[in-house]
Amino acid sequence: MGSEEEKKVFDEEAASSLVKELRASFVNGKTRSFDWRVSQLKSMLKMIDKHETEIVAALRDDLSKPEHESTIYEIAMLRNSITLALKEIKHWIKPEKAIFFFQTVKTSLTTFPSSGEIVSEPLGVVLIISAWNYPFLLSLDPVVGAIAAGNALVLKPSEIAPATSSLLAKLVGEYMDFSSIRVVEGAVTETSALLEQKWDKIFYTGNGRVGRIVMAAAAKHLTPVLLELGGKSPVVVDSGINLQVSVRRIIAGKWGCNNGQACISPDYIITTKDYAPKLIDTLRNELEKFYGKNPLESKDFSRIVNSNHFTRLTKLLDEDKVSGKIVHGGERDKTNLKIAPTILLDVPRDSLIMSEEIFGPLLPILTVDKIEDSFGIINSGTKPLAAYLFTNNKKLRQQFVMNVSAGGLVVNDTTLHLAVHTLPFGGVGESGMGAYHGKFSFDAFSHKKAVLYRSFLGDAAVRYPPYTRGKLRLMKVLITGSIFSIICGLLGWSKV
Amino acid sequence: MRELEDGLAELRQTFKSGRTRNAAWRKNQLRALIQLIHDKEDKIFEALLQDLGKHPVESYRDEIGIIEKSAVNALNCLEKWMAPKKSRLPLLFFPAKGEVMSEPLGVVLIFASWNFPISLALDPVIGAIAAGNTVVLKPSELAPECALFLAEFVPLYLDCKAIKVIGGGADVGEQLLQQKWDKIFFTGSPRVGRVVMSAAAKHLTPVTLELGGKCPVIVDTLSSPSDIKVTVKRVIGGKWGPCSGQACIGVDYVLVEEKFAPTVIDLLKKTIKKFYGDNPKDSKNICRIVNKHHFGRLHKLLKDPLVAASIIHGGSLDEEKLIIEPTILLNPPLDAEIMTEEIFGPLLPIITLNNIQESIEFINSRPKPLTIYAFTKDETFQRQIVSETSSGSVTFNDTMVQFACDELPFGGVGQSGFGRYHGKYSFDTFSHEKAILQRSFFPELEPRYPPWNDFKLKFIRFGYKYDYFNLLLLLMGLKK
Repeated sequence: MGSEEEKKVFDEEAASSLVKELRASFVNGKTRSFDWRVSQLKSMLKMIDKHETEIVAALRDDLSKPEHESTIYEIAMLRNSITLALKEIKHWIKPEKAIFFFQTVKTSLTTFPSSGEIVSEPLGVVLIISAWNYPFLLSLDPVVGAIAAGNALVLKPSEIAPATSSLLAKLVGEYMDFSSIRVVEGAVTETSALLEQKWDKIFYTGNGRVGRIVMAAAAKHLTPVLLELGGKSPVVVDSGINLQVSVRRIIAGKWGCNNGQACISPDYIITTKDYAPKLIDTLRNELEKFYGKNPLESKDFSRIVNSNHFTRLTKLLDEDKVSGKIVHGGERDKTNLKIAPTILLDVPRDSLIMSEEIFGPLLPILTVDKIEDSFGIINSGTKPLAAYLFTNNKKLRQQFVMNVSAGGLVVNDTTLHLAVHTLPFGGVGESGMGAYHGKFSFDAFSHKKAVLYRSFLGDAAVRYPPYTRGKLRLMKVLITGSIFSIICGLLGWSKV
Repeated sequence: MRELEDGLAELRQTFKSGRTRNAAWRKNQLRALIQLIHDKEDKIFEALLQDLGKHPVESYRDEIGIIEKSAVNALNCLEKWMAPKKSRLPLLFFPAKGEVMSEPLGVVLIFASWNFPISLALDPVIGAIAAGNTVVLKPSELAPECALFLAEFVPLYLDCKAIKVIGGGADVGEQLLQQKWDKIFFTGSPRVGRVVMSAAAKHLTPVTLELGGKCPVIVDTLSSPSDIKVTVKRVIGGKWGPCSGQACIGVDYVLVEEKFAPTVIDLLKKTIKKFYGDNPKDSKNICRIVNKHHFGRLHKLLKDPLVAASIIHGGSLDEEKLIIEPTILLNPPLDAEIMTEEIFGPLLPIITLNNIQESIEFINSRPKPLTIYAFTKDETFQRQIVSETSSGSVTFNDTMVQFACDELPFGGVGQSGFGRYHGKYSFDTFSHEKAILQRSFFPELEPRYPPWNDFKLKFIRFGYKYDYFNLLLLLMGLKK
């Protein structure tokens, strides 16, 4: 035996036997028990409480994420999610009674008398693939839903946030039930091995390119998927608003959220030509208040995650038709992977920076003549995960809500809807499919089974052959008639 | 292909124009659909008779009546479904309003199957229209008369710039799958379901797959003769009643205790005779097999010598008329194709068990079916079945009727599919539920913004816990 232990490659065989093991555990019924679910959630809470410092350190390692952001956006949000689940789970697992109204009684006399309910059951063994930008939250938040719904699961954290990934592997191994909950670390090889297997659901957070790969792999096994992707989340800024408050909220949502590397970060702004100068001025002022005169030195925002993304972002800035449009910022520090908050004005619509999700600290501002023109611009692109509007104009607000399709909309703020557990969080079109948070997480990992209880009484002979004209007449009235016509029909008085 | 792309472009244009968004348009379309099936009822009966040998009573019960009921229900509920749903918000976000608004996905593609070629085509269309989408409907070419009917009359009654019927075979299906849709709704086999989902993955198109499976009937030992009679009638009604067993939620096989089996079998034989006469192959009350290919497939199932030896009733076929009489088999080998593949035909295997409890293990060792039927009065056993098995749905003491129930979601799990419809679920399946949060400019919470400090951290910690008391103390400077 050598002094160095060879790291076993996680290949298809390993993936296959892992799934088998988890399936056996699921079939045994362990994860279905209410007590198991509650105990796992409580363990998760303990895990966070005891290791908060390490988590913050890992996030600093991976992303230079300020402690404040880590605490608020990752740890506190997750804690909230678990606490809510613990509080609500007893309600969530209760079957829903299907109410057969009198109307239904009349229209489906053949189903009366009966009672029905919708029972939530776990899907089985699920795969959760997480992203690098909120590597802690986006790994464990879906896990909360999966556990609450009674599933066994494999979590695959992103390799682009390696410190968090290995911390998750360690902590989950220590605190959670190893027989039913596993972490598999790795990159393309390991993820591909996992995707070859048959899962009962796959939950993926990331980009559209890999989202397609995940869905195609799922198709082979008819596995349902939930894809939380991204897009260019626009901010429409009207005039006649409280500009300072609006700008602060935009900054908080852009640079305050992992330095723009967030799926619902404001990507770009659309405002009127007239209003733009005021907006830019206010942005400059507030940015200085938040981050000081030398933002590259500020400790209050995350760095760019790695050199790949750094290069990607600088390329967006250095494109010929774009570099001249910088009106604020643009400074970079390659060694420390930092780019200052950068604002650009009226970049060409066909520039690179306007063709892909920016996912960084660059904020293009497009100007239009009339603010209503902004909707056409937004709708000419793919549907984003979020869209924002700052306005006091009720009509504009209504138009926005009706005409802009996005995962979610926020008026007069940014990103906050993420924290509201009574709102479903998910995309549409290119920004994804399915939703979670709160009870929606529970539902995302459940199968809603319809159960109908019929009595042996009340058999309508009209259902059975030999079929006759008379039965046809009666059938018609039973299925679509009112109580009155049914009685007539039964008595043979129907005109049908 | 060009024609297809032009048609699709027209549908996108119509959707963009916003016409399909308003309730009036949707209601008009639903009314027109009802008018269509009223006006052309005889033509529909004729087409179904031609395609499947379906009797008008069956056609009304399983096709026309379903559509009418569905459309009427959608008409009555449309405004309620379209209304945004208010979401309760935590006090921390006050003042703010949260709601979820359903919006149409856009241009949707609906694949219908051949066994209920009218209802499985138009029922999803009802949901798509109610939700405000434009639609392409691709009927199955295996039910050609019905496909022709839909292609001819749907454009006459419905808005032909918003709803199009595109007929054809697998090649047309492939061409359609190459396009980008906002949703695909597919009813059919798991094999084709995989093809559809793979194609959808290229465009990140969400899909609903209504597939099938081997739907078992658990028949517990019953004591009351009238209960046994009703059970047998309903099992027959659920096997040969819908399209001669060619139904996704049709009874596939029976599980019964060995002691009770003879009673059940005896009554089955008698009741089959009552329903279908002495020569069921001549009965007009039962469908034929849809085509030669499926006839051959079913014939092959019976050709296995061990399977053939297990036939205890029926078994005769008429290749010319594509009719197979109601056939019962007793304990065919479990590894024979008839017990490993979805039968989708008029062959009913009866599997006997020592103890009816074993039925749960039996079902669980096989892929999840679209539905499980169980005839039992034992409430404990009922609870066991619900909690220990998994299927799209479970129906106790009857068969097929869950299909007609608008309040229950209809869909599969595992190999039987995912997604659901009927009633409001149809509306939801073709909608995007958009979250909307409306905030006001006042009050402002300073702790949201950098530069960060301890106070702000504490504030947000309490905020997240909705710990308003401590928040207040903190604000008043009373908390360290």
